Parts: sequence; C-alpha cells; structure tokens
Amino acid sequence: MKSVKTDTTITMPRSHPKKSSGLLRQMGKRLDLYLMLLLPVTWYVVFHYAPLYGLQIAFKNFNPAKGILGSSWEGFGHFQRFFDSYYFWRLLWNTLSINLFSLLIAFPIPILLALIINEIRNKTFSKWLQNITYIPHFISVVVIVGILNVFLSPHTGPVNLLIEAFGGTPIRFLEEAGWFKTIFISSNIWQNMGWQSIIYIAALSGVNPHLYEAAKMDGASRLRRIWHISLPGIAPVVIILLILDIGHFMNIGFEKILLMQNNLNLESSDVISTFVYTTGILKGEYSYTAAIGLFNSIINLVLLLLVNRIARKTSETSLW
Amino acid sequence: MSKQATLQTSSNERIFDVIIYVIASIIIIAVLYPLIFIVSASFSDPTKVLNGEVWLLPKGLTLDAYTNILHNEKIWLGYRNTIFYTVVGTVINIIMTVLAAYPLSRPDLPGRNVIMVFITLTMFFSGGLIPTYLLVKNLGMVDTMWALIIPGAIATYNLIVMRTYFQSSIPWELQEAAHMDGCSNWRLLVSIILPLSKPILAVMVLFYAVGHWNSFFNALIYIRNENLHPLQLILREILLISQSDAVDGSLGLEDKILLAESIKYAVIIVSSLPVLLMYPFVQRHFVKGVMIGSIKG
Repeated sequence: MKSVKTDTTITMPRSHPKKSSGLLRQMGKRLDLYLMLLLPVTWYVVFHYAPLYGLQIAFKNFNPAKGILGSSWEGFGHFQRFFDSYYFWRLLWNTLSINLFSLLIAFPIPILLALIINEIRNKTFSKWLQNITYIPHFISVVVIVGILNVFLSPHTGPVNLLIEAFGGTPIRFLEEAGWFKTIFISSNIWQNMGWQSIIYIAALSGVNPHLYEAAKMDGASRLRRIWHISLPGIAPVVIILLILDIGHFMNIGFEKILLMQNNLNLESSDVISTFVYTTGILKGEYSYTAAIGLFNSIINLVLLLLVNRIARKTSETSLW
Repeated sequence: MSKQATLQTSSNERIFDVIIYVIASIIIIAVLYPLIFIVSASFSDPTKVLNGEVWLLPKGLTLDAYTNILHNEKIWLGYRNTIFYTVVGTVINIIMTVLAAYPLSRPDLPGRNVIMVFITLTMFFSGGLIPTYLLVKNLGMVDTMWALIIPGAIATYNLIVMRTYFQSSIPWELQEAAHMDGCSNWRLLVSIILPLSKPILAVMVLFYAVGHWNSFFNALIYIRNENLHPLQLILREILLISQSDAVDGSLGLEDKILLAESIKYAVIIVSSLPVLLMYPFVQRHFVKGVMIGSIKG
C-alpha cells in the first residue's frame, strides 16, 4: 500500500510539469518521440519549405548552370510579361470560370445526394446507393478521360449514336471549345459526388433524432424537416468544406484538364496550371512560369483568407 | 378536420418517397451505365461495338481483346512498375505517416502545436510546380523510381486523419499505464498503438495505394525512361494518344483499328480491376476514416 503511494507522488511531476526548468527535462524524456519526428519533419522541410526558397527564381533569370543563387535578378519583369501577354486574360478567365462553375454546380450535389440517402427509409437500398456512387472515385483520371473519349466519340460513341437515332447530327464534343467546361464539370460530378457525400452522410447521422420527431409532431412536412433540421445540422461541415474547396480554388482538376486538352478546345481548356506545365516543364522557361505559378498561388491564398474571414464573421465557423 | 390533415400529410409523404426513389434510381443508372457498357464492350465483337449494336449486354462474345493484352509487353511492364511503385510507395507512406502522427498525437510532447502548424501550413501554400520540379531534379531523382515515391511520402491530410484517430480512439490512460510499466515509446507504438489502429491503417493503405495506382502526373513530369513508365502512362498512350501502337504489328490495317478499339475497353477493365477488387475489404471503414479526418481535423 505504501509503495503505491510513493509511486504516485513520483509520477505526479511527469503529468504536471512545472514551467521553464522542467521543459528541457520534459523534452529530454520524450527524446524518442522527437527521434520519430526527425524523418517526417526533415521531409517537410525539404519537400515543402525548400521549394518556397526556390520560388525566388520567379524574380530572377534562372540559369540551371549558375543555380538559384548565382542567377541574375529580374525583379517583376516576368510578371509584367505575363500580364501583357495576349493569353493572360484567356488563362485567367478559364481558370476562374472552370473553378467557379465547379463550385456553383458540383459543390451542392454531394449535399443533395447525402440528403436523398438520408431520406431513403429502406436501409439496404440506401446502402446500395451509397456504395455504387463511391465506385467512380476509385477510377483513375486517365481511365475517366478514356471513357469520355469512348462515350463521346463522334461516330461510334453511344451518346452520338443516340443523337443520330433521334435524327440529330453528331457533335464532336471533345473537340469543341464550347463543350469543354460542361463535359469537364459533369464528369467530375459523376466521379466524385458519392465520395464527397460521405462526410455529409456522417454529419447527418449525428443530428439528434428527437428534433425530427418533434418537428413531425408539429406537422412539419419532409421538406420542411430537411430545411429546418437537416440542413442547419450539417451547416458547419458544409462551411468547412467550402472553405477547404476555395483553398484549392485555382488548382482544381489540373491533371484531368491536361488529359482532355487538345488544340481544338484550347480556347476554353487552357488554364494557368496547364500553361505552367507546358511552358515551364516542356519548354524549360522556368523563371517565367514560376512567376505565373506564384501569381496563381497568391490569388488562391487571398481567396482562402477572404472566405475564412467571411465565414468567421457570418457563421462563427472557420478554419482558424 | 385533423383527420383530413393527417391523411393529406401521409399522402404527401408518399409522394415525397416516390420522388426520392425515382431520383435515387436515376442516379444509380447514371453511375452504373458507363461502367456496364465498358465491361460489355470489352467482351464484344469490336465491329458490333462500332456499329452501335452494344447497348447493355455483350454482343458476339469474344475474349480477343483480353488475349491481345496478355501478349502486350508494354502493358505488362507498366503493370510490373505500378505494382512496385504502389507496394514500396505505400509502405513508405505508412511508415512516414505513423512516425509523424504518433508523436504529434501525444498531449505530453512539448512543442507539438508548433510542429502541427508547421505541417498544416503546407496544405495552403506551396512553391508550386516549377520550384518543386527543380528541387527533385537537383536531388538527382529525375528518371529514377524514387521521384514517384519520395516527394509524395506524406499526404498531410492523411497525417491529420491518423493523428486524430490516435488521439480520439486510443485511451490516453492505456499509454500512461504502459509507460509506468517501463514501456518505451517505440515499443508502445509497435505493440499497443498500431494493433489498436487497424481500421485507420486499412483506410490509409487504401488511400495511399489507390493514389499510387492511379497517379500519372508525377510520372509524366519526372520519368522519361520508358522502362520505368507506370501503367497509367501506358494507358494514356493507348486510350488517348496512339491507340494502334498497342496492337500486334502483324495484322492488317482494318483489323488493327478494330482491335485497337476493343483493346481500349479491355485495358480500362484490366487497369481498374485491382483497385476495385481491393475496395470491398476496406469499404466499411471509409465513413469512419473520412469523418474523423474532416470534422475534427
């Protein structure tokens, strides 16, 4: 009995450290934990923070032979050249519009799907619906674009065969700039709505069932219950995901756009990130495209800060 | 009066139910139809597919497309490379993520909040494509398999999910008790924490492995050597660039085009199958994994 008592008094300081003098000892005791962190933290320094250092080439004339430090300064010349270029407005408009339309159209759909799944009373059926809508998420973008090619092919694809069967003329969907955004966004919805709905379904399952019962007693219809109970119940999750989405606003769908792009639809498929790839990596204009990439990131960061602030003011939900 | 009202609401409810079921059925069909079509087309006579005779079930059943894939060296090479990237990459992913997530889950680790901020910040800004590319190039990883493994060793989102799981699902008392028994942190991690974390490990393996299996962009930038090409780059060639290259050279042009057409469908199936087969085993853990990560992260 006595030994137990001394034991607890010895371990007491461990869980309640005194301030500064104890800190080093605290850290010393957790040396193995810091050792575990060594590799991951080094990795973050190298692969996430070192490229930030490399960003200075946006203000230089990078010459691989001279290295980052040795290259001469250029100032804002690359930015100026980009803003003055004939493709500046096209790139900016395509980047903004593809993302904005995605946000407006594709963002609410997983929420609707989750509400539908939540309203289905037959649990087996709703499980099936859920599991089936997840599947496309696991298919690679290359295959998705391959499927689009097959389906939308002018003379052999099912879509055009259907159009022809109804007496219409086939449409070269993938080679017309006017169709690009529609196809891009709707195929994204097809691929991701199920997966993205998971989080809303989880949030809906956390809503207190008594609220529904009470509303039912008061004679609220199903739609009213969705409007006044389900939606407010998941609102914080919706806001967080919206902010996160906007945090990636300027970067959505880069890989897929690159795969869907061809010379005929370039007018509406050329976005900042694909331009950085083709001009930077393929043509080796490192400094110029690093500047363009930086411009892209700055817009992105400003949007994120702005939306987070608005969310905090209006709904008290925010990332930080 | 009140009876009439309840009657009305119950019939309204029924209409509502019907609408919900109709919408749900349309969604199921819209999601499944393209998948079923591809499967059917891959087993069908290519001429019938091209003529639009295949709508739902295979017509003129044949395995030609699949036997052709079997003889295609490029696809085999891509398969082999992708399996390597997926297995080695996922192992490294998991080790690195655990090594970061576990210490950061410990409330008694001084400075963990600083490190957390340091890590989370990287989700919102980065050096961008060009500086990252130059870094990987300077490290001498371009045109080596490491370029597809090391730069993506940790996904910050997954790290946060795992840390949250360690914090919320493993009782802190258990860790304290183990410490009192003189258990070191390494041993605690290996023999107590990890065995208790199987569900989240399964989800992480799935996320990372699917990521490796499906990734093509890193290979596009970093890998020029065709012997190192992953499956997705070869798929891209067959599906999107030069379809007929993939087909046996001894055939006539017309047959070549036909076979190229049918091989497309088969190649979609063959490349997606491993991921889809893996998915039912981990599927039941999804909701948990996704939820932990997004709500509390």
